[in-house]
This record gives sequence, C-alpha cells and structure tokens, in this order.
Amino acid sequence: MIRCQVNGEERELDVEAEMPLLWALRDVLGLTGTKYGCGQALCGACTVHVNGEPVRSCVTPVRRVAGASITTIEGLHDHPLQKAWCDLSVPQCGFCQAGQIMTAAALLAQNPKPSDADIDHSLAGNLCRCGTYTRIRDAVKRAAGE
Amino acid sequence: MLISRRKFVGGLALSFVAGRAFATEPAGASPARAKTSDENLKEQTAGLQPNVFVHVASDGKVTLVCARSEMGQGVRSTIPALLADELGADPKRIVIEQAVGDKKFGDQNTDGSSSIRNAFDDLRRAAATARVMLVTAAAQRFHVPAGKLQARDHAVWNGAKSIPFGDLADAAGKLPVPKPETVQFRPRSEMKHVFRPLPLVDGPDIVTGKAKYGADVRIDGMLIAVIARPPVVGGKVAKLDDRAALKIAGVRKVVRMPEPTAPYKFQPWGGVAVLADNTWAAMRGREALKIEWDHGANASYDSDQYAQALSKAVHAPGKPARNVGDVETALGSAARTVEAEYHVPHLAHVPMEPPAAIADYRDGACEVWAATQNPQDARKEAATILGIDESKVTSHVTLLGGAFGRKSKADFVAEAAFLSKQAGAPVRVQFTREDDLHHDYYNTVNTQLLTAGLDANNKVVAWRQRTAFPPIGTTFSTEVKGPGAPDLQQGVTDLPLAIPNVRAETCDAAAHVRIGWLRSVYNIFHAFSAGSFMDELAHARKLDPRENLLELFGPPRIVSLQELGVDKLRNYSATLEKHPIDTARIRGVIERVTKMANWSERKGRALGLAAHRSFLTYTAVVASVTKNAAGKIAVDEVWLAADAGTVVNVERAVSQMEGAVIFGMSHAFYGGATMKGGVTEQSNFNDYRLIRIGDAPKKIHVELIASEGPPGGIGEPGVPPVAPAIANAIFALTGQRIRTLPLVKAGVV
Repeated sequence: MIRCQVNGEERELDVEAEMPLLWALRDVLGLTGTKYGCGQALCGACTVHVNGEPVRSCVTPVRRVAGASITTIEGLHDHPLQKAWCDLSVPQCGFCQAGQIMTAAALLAQNPKPSDADIDHSLAGNLCRCGTYTRIRDAVKRAAGE
Repeated sequence: MLISRRKFVGGLALSFVAGRAFATEPAGASPARAKTSDENLKEQTAGLQPNVFVHVASDGKVTLVCARSEMGQGVRSTIPALLADELGADPKRIVIEQAVGDKKFGDQNTDGSSSIRNAFDDLRRAAATARVMLVTAAAQRFHVPAGKLQARDHAVWNGAKSIPFGDLADAAGKLPVPKPETVQFRPRSEMKHVFRPLPLVDGPDIVTGKAKYGADVRIDGMLIAVIARPPVVGGKVAKLDDRAALKIAGVRKVVRMPEPTAPYKFQPWGGVAVLADNTWAAMRGREALKIEWDHGANASYDSDQYAQALSKAVHAPGKPARNVGDVETALGSAARTVEAEYHVPHLAHVPMEPPAAIADYRDGACEVWAATQNPQDARKEAATILGIDESKVTSHVTLLGGAFGRKSKADFVAEAAFLSKQAGAPVRVQFTREDDLHHDYYNTVNTQLLTAGLDANNKVVAWRQRTAFPPIGTTFSTEVKGPGAPDLQQGVTDLPLAIPNVRAETCDAAAHVRIGWLRSVYNIFHAFSAGSFMDELAHARKLDPRENLLELFGPPRIVSLQELGVDKLRNYSATLEKHPIDTARIRGVIERVTKMANWSERKGRALGLAAHRSFLTYTAVVASVTKNAAGKIAVDEVWLAADAGTVVNVERAVSQMEGAVIFGMSHAFYGGATMKGGVTEQSNFNDYRLIRIGDAPKKIHVELIASEGPPGGIGEPGVPPVAPAIANAIFALTGQRIRTLPLVKAGVV
C-alpha cells in the first residue's frame, strides 16, 4: 500500500510497488489527463510533478512516490500557461499538451523569465507530432509575461 | 470519465477562455447503452430538426453535429461554426454533438483533406434549410412575407422586432422541409465568424486534462488487452506457452487472435492477447508469454536489399502512365541530359496517441469507442468480426491524439470487438509505442529516376519520370503488382510541365508489409523528387531556381488532360471543371512565398524553394538552412504560401500549415522505417526520431492567398514541398545534393 497526495488529496494506492505511476494515475485513480506516449521517458506525454519537480511518470514506480505530493494536469488550476495556451490556440490534436504544460510549469516555477534557449532545453523531452513547437514557445513566453 | 449505467453528464464551459464560442459534449461522451443522436435530440424537445446536422430546441438550444473526426485539424471548431453562421445562431448558445458512425451522416471518412472541401455546400444547405423554416414560421407569426425577415443573432428579425429561434422551433418543426434546390445560401458578407480565425473549441478541455481520447474512456468491469502480434506480416503462432503470463498479478485471460489471410485489409494481425485488470499488468503479461513464430514468406523482406531492387527497376523502361511527344527521341538528340535517382523509405505515422479502442459486446450488440478517423468502417469491421448486423453496433468517436492516416484503418477496433466477445467483458485494446511502430500500415517505399534533356538553347525539351513503389492496393488485393493510374495522380500525371516531351512510367514492386496512407501519401516522394530535380535543372541551366520553376510550370493556364498526356485524372475525386489544374495558382504561391522570404535579396542566406499541388490546394515553401555549432544543418526559418480557395477557419488552416512544416521536417531529417527479416527495426522514439522543439525553426511564416473559389484541402497540402525545399537549401549552402531520405543517413543533420 503506497500513500501519497495527488492534487491535494490523500490517496492510497493498493498496487504493486513496481507499477509505474502513470498507470496508477490513469487506471486506478481514473486521472486520464496524463497520457501514455512511449513508456520509455522519450516523449514526455506522461509528465507530472512530484514534490514540484517534473517527472516522467511512465518510468517512475509508485514505490518512489510514497509520501510524496503529486500534481497532475487536473491539479493545475487557472495557470497562466493554460490561459496562454488557449489565447494562442496552441494545441492541434492536444495529446502531448498536458505533458508540455506540466514541464513548462515546472520551468516557470524555477525560472520565471526563461530565455529562448532555456525553453527549448526544458521542453526538449516533450514531443509534439502535430508540430506546435513555435506556438508552445510563444505561449511560454506570454505566460512568463514577456 | 467512467461510463456506468447512470446517464453521463458532460463537462462544459470553463472560466477563463477568451473568445470561446461553443459549449461541447466531450467527444466520445455517452451513457452506457447509448442512444443514437436521433434519440438524444428527440428526448430534449420536439423543436426543429430538418436533417441530421441541425436541431433547434424550444428553449433556444441549438445542437449542431460534427460528423468528422477531430485529430487536430480543427473540424470540431470549424464545421459547427459554419453551420451556426449559415443558420444565424449565436455561438454561445450552440452545443456540438460528435456523431456516431452512421451512413445517414454521409461520408464520415476523415481522410484525404476532405472534410470541408467535400461537404461545404451540403453543410451550408443543411443549416440554410433550418434557417428558411424558422423564417417561414416567423413570417406566419409576423404576418409579413418571408423576404422581409432576417435570421441572425439567434432570432428572426422584422425590423427592430424579433422572435427568438427557440420560440419558433416547434412551429417550424411542423412545416414541410423545403426542397434542397429552393434553399439559398446566405451571402458571404453576412457570415459573421467563418472565413476568419475561429476559436479552438476543445482548447479548454485539452489544457485541463478533461479532453477524452481513445484510451481515456473507462467502463465498469473493463479489461485491458495488450497483444503479441506476429513480428512479420502474415506470420502465425507456432507454439504458445502462457503459463507464466497467467501467473502475473492482474492478468485474467490469454486469448488467441484470429489469423488473417491475404489480402490483409483491416483484419486483426493475429497473435496472442493478454487481458488484465490494468494496462501495466497486461504489458507484463505479454512480456511473460513464450511464443514461437512461424514467420511466413515476408520474413525474406530486407528493406536495404529491396531499395537496391527498386533502383535496378527504374533503370529499365516501365509501363507508360503519361506521354506527350517523344521523350526517347528528344533525349537522344539533346545537347545535354541531367539524370537523378531519388529514394524515400517507408514512413510510420507515429501519432502521439498510439491506437486504442474499446468495445463492449453484450447480448448480441456492441458499443465501440475509438480514436477512429472512419467510424462507419469501424462499425462495419466490428460487425463483421462479431458476425452481427451493423445495426447492432454503435460506433462512438473520441478525440484522436493525432492520426495522419493510421486511424482510418479499423484493425484495432476489430481486435477490441473480438476480444470483448471472447472475454464476456468490455475490452480496451492498447497499442504500445513498439506495437505502433511494428504494426503500422506504412507509407510505401519509393525510388524514382528522373531524366531531362536540354537543347542547345538551354531549354528543357524532355522530362522522363520513372517511379517504382508497392501501392496501397496491395493491402486490399493480391492481384495488385505495382502502381496504377489512380496512384500516379499524386504528383506524377497531374504535374503541370511546360515541356514539349514528357513521359512517366511505373515499375512493378511487391509489398511485404501492410501499405497504408500517411499525410499527403504519394505526394511526399513525388514532390521530393520533382521538387529536387527542378532545382537540379535550375543549377544545370545556371538559372535562378525561382525563374526556372516558373518557366517549367509554364505560363498561367488551365492545364488540359491532353497537355498532361493522360486520358483521365481522378483529381482527388473532384471534377476538373470545379477544381482545374490552374498554373496561375501555382505561380501565385511561388511568387507569394518568394516575396515573403525576400528571395531576390537572399545573398548570404541559403534558401531552397519548392512548390506542389495536392488535394486541390497549391502550396509553396522556402526553407532557410544554416550550419549549427556542431557543423550540422539546421532549418532556421521557413515560409509557406498556400492557395486553398475558400478557407472556412483561417486559424486552423494556418496551424495545419505550421504543423505540416514540422511534420515534413521529421521525415526529411530522421524518419524512415526499415525492415530486416520482415521485422521493422525501429521500436520507439529513440530509433524512430522526430523533430523536437530545439530543431524547430525560429519562425514559420504562413500566408493564405484569400479567395472565394471552392475550398481545397487543408490538412495535407503543406507537407509535400517541405522536404524538397530543405534539400534544395542544403545544396545552396554546401553544394551537396542529397537524393535519399532521411538526411540523417548522409550525416548532414
């Protein structure tokens, strides 16, 4: 039994300790906003925050989040990034965007005025097959107030 | 979203979105034992429903149906907006309903960049019909002729007086539906929102994690299936030991999949399914299976050797597909000839969302939820494999996490339906990324030989194009041995050339994998070769590539079949009357994009230019390349001009073109599926690489040439000119001509 906080609520996960957090979130807790894209930490679609840090949940076994505070896209409320994403119509299919936003949110929490290079570096692990990269950059900058 | 026997209440409007137009039922949302949209609508109120697309309720709620699949191209933001504008509805009082798969909605196959271009008039007519009936009902109430009234802002107006749509709905619903030919469209000047940028209706749900894709639908008692499919197409299970798999915690069942027979079409691939309580257990269960495969005949497929065979084939005469004048004589007497061979490998779709479908079979009926581009086909395939009538299958469409053509193939839906029946429970079939790469319907592999003759005056007098590829038809028939006329109408027989002697030939090629269609399909390699070869000719002739391109496409004119040298042209299922090959338009996009890129002042920059017509739309691209600190090629800026006739949603058209640039860059730089022993060598994003944010140009500039002509395609036409523009730019920078994709093979990226 793994106990942790998810989006501010205490949760108990009665699952195998090696189950990746991604599947505990999706299949057990029903939080389907976090996506499966590769299972190998290559695409970033599964990004969540664990104690404020961006983490690829597809390769993070639940035993590693025992006692931790987890935030998923569902737990991000009225974030400037979400507004900027809508203002600039960033998404196309939208599947990668929760992961993009979670990674960018962690960046801005740490670096409120990121440079272009900072943005590209931070989001290098988040793939977008629809090709919304140029708008993602603009939206991050807008959310950062630039 | 957990679907149980309680009625599902969809999540609606959110607080902060600027310019949000519609409230939406989340795509794919429905209660268990879902009603058809007919029944849903009738339940609300009698109201007005003249056709399957529009319902006006007596409380004023207007329900508009989107019968095409949303995969990022914006149909859900565009189709309802078009209906609403034609009707005169207030966007804030609209509900969008995602249609199930049903023939009554017409063609729902969201493929071929056709959602607007094929249905533009029909959609307008559907909404206009409702408008006319509301106006007629209002005319009766006002006791004035209908011609004096106006429908706008969710009401019918008689001067300053108005009657809301809701108040007219029941009376209008009792009127006879007017004949289609009597219904007039609203003048474009009265369309308030369309033909401009439109709001992204699913944006708020996407950025908050509420948007539902194929794998997000949850049903009480659902099992997850992960399938060990034969590594080689046509392979079979020779031996199975599932004892270890069945011991994995959470694994419930192991099921043998039916073995397909050629031609493979959309049949499940075969193999062994592991069904479990959760996705991870199913994946672990599959890993624990011990299977010996009988790989079958396609195990001989080696894509490197195959490429060599294609090369050999194009160096011999092929079957004629296009002929003007006498190319052989003209080449024989030419002062100079230029010849080049091009190769593009198989491409994989790799949508961010791997294929997923849910089926719930019980009591002789089946409900399906799938990220499908073609819900009618999904319905048909589920019905076929279950041995039940289509009327017993309800095919819901979720949002699609990308598709690019992969999800118009219903194999994964058929798998889910089959397993649900076997398991006696709802089943989600989940493809892993490895499954997606190994079991794709790849865009086909292609080699071409282009040969041109120049006369003593430096004019191009002959053009011969030989193309070899196993076509899509091989997936549907064992009789197909090579490309046919319909296959050539993507960049070969429809290519306008102001050259007196033109010939195109095809060479047969056998298929060893399932061949499918991928965003712009054969245009990808036909534009790569023609676009690169035109540039090679420019340099051979010592001409500016822009001037050379304009000269080779020729003066502004409507190009006849006779000039093309063919008997007929499929023309993307449109008539040549409505959508002719108009060189004024290809010249227009070339002139526009080179102006955007400041082409004539390009000294000091390495620019490459290419232009193409596909899906009835004309696009031209200029790419600028530089060398980065590591000495590798980077694309720092791209310009794209598109002439797509009437554009209903300017914002989504621009975003599709931006995305097409990145999509085209991916296969130019890295993409390519290769096979050894019949098995695809790539497994995940480490070896099937895609463009990442750091590779993306600093700026992508898109301009649409506005017009009121009939709409052309939007989703695909941006792709074909991208790879040749980049290859041409690389030549401008380094003098190296790269004719084989991906560029990474040449070590330049």
